[in-house]
Amino acid sequence: MTKQTLARLLEQQPYAADFFKQNKLDISGFEQLTPAEYLAHFSPEELEDRALEPERLLADLALYLEQMRDFLGLDEQQPLRTLTILPGRDKAGQAEDFERLTLHTSEIVSIVGPTGSGKSRLLADIEWAAQGDTPTGRRILINDAPPDPQWRYSSRHKLVAQLSQNMNFVMDLTVQGFLQLHAESRLHPDPAAVTREIMTAANRLAGEAFALDTPVTSLSGGQSRALMIADTAILSASPIVLIDEIENAGIDRKRALELLVAQDKIVLMATHDPLLALMANRRLVINNGGICQVLTTSPAEKAKLGQLQQLDAVIAAARQQLRRGQRLS
Amino acid sequence: MNLTIVSGPPSSGKTAVILKTIAALKSRGVKVGVVKFDCLYTDDDKAYAEAGVPVQKGLSGALCPDHFFASNIEEIVRWGKQSELDLLITESAGLCNRCSPYLKQVKGVCVIDNLSGINTPRKIGPLLKSADLVVITKGDIVSQAEREVFAARVSSVNPRALILPVNGLTGQGAYELSTLLYNPDLQVETVQGMQLRFPMPAALCSYCLGETRIGQAFQLGNVKKMDLGEPEA
Repeated sequence: MTKQTLARLLEQQPYAADFFKQNKLDISGFEQLTPAEYLAHFSPEELEDRALEPERLLADLALYLEQMRDFLGLDEQQPLRTLTILPGRDKAGQAEDFERLTLHTSEIVSIVGPTGSGKSRLLADIEWAAQGDTPTGRRILINDAPPDPQWRYSSRHKLVAQLSQNMNFVMDLTVQGFLQLHAESRLHPDPAAVTREIMTAANRLAGEAFALDTPVTSLSGGQSRALMIADTAILSASPIVLIDEIENAGIDRKRALELLVAQDKIVLMATHDPLLALMANRRLVINNGGICQVLTTSPAEKAKLGQLQQLDAVIAAARQQLRRGQRLS
Repeated sequence: MNLTIVSGPPSSGKTAVILKTIAALKSRGVKVGVVKFDCLYTDDDKAYAEAGVPVQKGLSGALCPDHFFASNIEEIVRWGKQSELDLLITESAGLCNRCSPYLKQVKGVCVIDNLSGINTPRKIGPLLKSADLVVITKGDIVSQAEREVFAARVSSVNPRALILPVNGLTGQGAYELSTLLYNPDLQVETVQGMQLRFPMPAALCSYCLGETRIGQAFQLGNVKKMDLGEPEA
């Protein structure tokens, strides 16, 4: 692989360019050399100055290319269909009272319980694909089998994406630049098309529309959340999305969840917002570190949800009127 | 005794991550001690002491902190052995992004944070590139996309490292990290004769020796000049 010329390498595996860029190696003008020949052109002084180790870099390049090939092939190889949680124990050492909990793609499950009850631990068990090797002793199965270790160890293919109301954009980029960068890091074949798709979806969620040239750091709370959700739904490789509350201002939460499940994600949502919690068909009640109940949302609760959604629509309409400078009627 | 060398830019969350990891190790009955290195000031040793962790503090003062680390690690390991630790963790801040304190046969962990910006992985040298494990902190306050791009870039400069997100505040990921840090089958008796993974930068010029005056006449030894090119008229 690394015996080819740089030109041929870049032609066959264009993502190799990012390896050279991130390692601050300017290969322009050296395309006809192999990577080893290119690295050999540095003088010992230059190597020391730039803190470069040619042997290590060559080995790293081979490994990087292998990881990227794996990454590109993963989507076809292992689509996630089910996530299964096998019971462990709570903080008192009591066994959790369920047999096995299987979640399917496009399913929403809510998680309720007081602060400190163990919601984070549950989310961490899933994130780490626990195999009885965490304090709860829970085991996670993917497609009914113990997960491939890559879910735990690959930096590019994480099992879960996370969304919480504390998250903010910190990059100094416009929405367009931001989405472009994310699409490139995901090796998306058509960054322009996916950028459009995300923008359309995000603007359907946001109370106020925003443009591609808006800096991500000047988006309002609702707009940021809308962009984060649309981006996670459409561009993140992770098949499971963990949500830790979504704020209720300036975003259509129902559509947000619909967008996530439309992308075949499994959505786990820690929330005490009745609108969100009841949208899930099941909810896990956590207490003292363990899952103590698995409730199926009842028809009565679904009816209640309808009432709450009407109330919410009234509040949302009033908010929209205020934003437009109108009097509330 | 196990030995782990933790390093990373200032304020990346090293102490918080180590404290949460130690809590997870303690619950499994592993006795952990810490040696904290810094340049001018630190009160992190108090945080460790409050958590009941045996701790030593080394301030390098006028010396380069990583050089100071290399000159002291042998004695520190002896201290850890005498204190009958199961795991000794050294913590040091990478101050100039060029040094790295990792030893060839000892687990090296780099702690770096999502807030430091997506170009940071490119700016940090052997400190990040030659770590076995890269812990990325502060993921709870940036977006999923930024976490993904940041981790991808870390992976581009160090594809062989295992990358682990850890939250220094809630401790999410710390238990998982603790399982990677302590291995009862790995025993370090002494570090005498071990080698640094990467040589530290050459520095022996008149300013290393206390010179304060500016000007070519006062510059001796390993002096390097910037290439400013021709002025644009």
